[in-house]
Amino acid sequence: MAGLTGSRRRGGGAGWLAAAPLLVVTLIAFGIPAVVLVVGAFSVKGGGFGFENLSATMREPYIGALWSSVKLSAVVAIGGAVLGAFLAQAVLTSRSGLLREAVLTASGVLANFGGVPLAFIWIATLGNSGVVTAALGLGSGVLYNFWGLALVYLYFSVPLMVLVIAPALDGLKPQWREAALNNGASTWQFWRHVGIPVLGPALLGGGVLLFGGAFAAYATAAAMVGASVPLVTLQIADALTGNVLIGYENIALALSLDMIVIALLVMAVYLPLQKRSSRWLA
Amino acid sequence: MAGVTWRRLTLGVAAVYFLVPLAIAVWFTVYNESLGFSLGAYGRIVSAPGFGESLLKSLLLGAAVIVLVLLLALPALLAVRLGAPGLRPVLETITTLPLIVPPITYVVGIANALRGGTDALAATPFWQTLISIQDENFPVVLVLAYVMLALPFAYRSLDTGLRAVDVRTLVEAARNLGASWPYVLFRVILPNLRSAVAGASFLSLALVMGEYTIAALMGYRTFPVWIVTISGNDGQLSVALSVLSLGLIWLLLLTLSGAGRKSK
Repeated sequence: MAGLTGSRRRGGGAGWLAAAPLLVVTLIAFGIPAVVLVVGAFSVKGGGFGFENLSATMREPYIGALWSSVKLSAVVAIGGAVLGAFLAQAVLTSRSGLLREAVLTASGVLANFGGVPLAFIWIATLGNSGVVTAALGLGSGVLYNFWGLALVYLYFSVPLMVLVIAPALDGLKPQWREAALNNGASTWQFWRHVGIPVLGPALLGGGVLLFGGAFAAYATAAAMVGASVPLVTLQIADALTGNVLIGYENIALALSLDMIVIALLVMAVYLPLQKRSSRWLA
Repeated sequence: MAGVTWRRLTLGVAAVYFLVPLAIAVWFTVYNESLGFSLGAYGRIVSAPGFGESLLKSLLLGAAVIVLVLLLALPALLAVRLGAPGLRPVLETITTLPLIVPPITYVVGIANALRGGTDALAATPFWQTLISIQDENFPVVLVLAYVMLALPFAYRSLDTGLRAVDVRTLVEAARNLGASWPYVLFRVILPNLRSAVAGASFLSLALVMGEYTIAALMGYRTFPVWIVTISGNDGQLSVALSVLSLGLIWLLLLTLSGAGRKSK
């Protein structure tokens, strides 16, 4: 017995050794930038530390950009979660294996489609000289505003939600529905008391993922709206590439810290829920 | 009956929303009012300056990221199963970081660390190292950044693969028969993980071939950055490149699910 625990302990040491390269690389590639970011965000111009940069990000124009980013991400998260869930339910209950396969494959592709190419495709469709804009006589500027950006972000958010929610919807056993209906429940009561509670963690978890995706998105917005919709990612890029006055590098660091704190708060909702929802799918 | 109606409505709206922009994009690239039908826009991609160079650079970066991700993640994952379960929460935390840290904030941290490092180490031999990892043709900093971003996907894929394998028995049998550790890793474990390794590799490659923010803000001309710079005022070319990149994702995913199915 003593020999066994002894070999276990040695195995543990060797185990940490095997993981050492990963830990060292993480420490260098993630640790150093993280420390630089935090230290820089709290460094003030004359030397020393203070809250000067962070309080600057709580004033205009930065606070407006932060708020606009949060609003856009929330709209995309809620809209994407609801629409994705409806679409997944419609596909999964259609009894057509071909449709199901096609939609899930397409969702996998579109959920990974983003960045500038996504912006180009929508500009060709609804941009100022886009095909649909011309055909419907919509006039200019349909796409280049808050709601246009939300419409474009949903193009990868809804498919992502379909992928997240489909296994959970599959786990919703038809017997539960039959049992509820046999006991006199209405469709609404079934969803209110059985369906939504079971899907809750997956729905909320998916929503958080969509929020994170929309919150972090930069390239699509940069290619589409430029500066006409203030977003925190665009502000950070401007500060980083020197499109603004010199001496604003620390503002970029402080804004980055703001973003990470917001993402952390939202993620804090998701991580415990992920564990709960994985129990349903088991 | 109501069920059928709302289902048709949902599917109809979804089909319009998802397919119309795609159809328009494809039409836009092959039809031109003055020239009529032509595949010229796709031909212009290949002949555009910098196409081969940037594509090769991205593929090289992708290969380096794949090798590094596998070399870092596999031993750590094996260790978790072979007697260091205390490692698991550490690995879970590491692989959650990229989900919390948006790429744009990550690039801000990297850029400032490099700038500060070059100033601070100017008089030491490390300065040369710092300069060489920022080499325009093969930026090691970018490889490291992408490895961190690819780790979550690779970790999940390999973890799922390892779940189906009795690692402890395999390793103990091989070790008892006198196999060395590298032999165990490359000839015993890896062949059992073919689909998981393929999955991790394709996900990493897809990430490298699509990542724009970090490369662009650090000034490296990778394939996704090239797509944007070359598009310029040629609307047809830019949309053709978008269609091409969508096709690339589709192809990668298709290969991925193909590799997953074959080994089952």
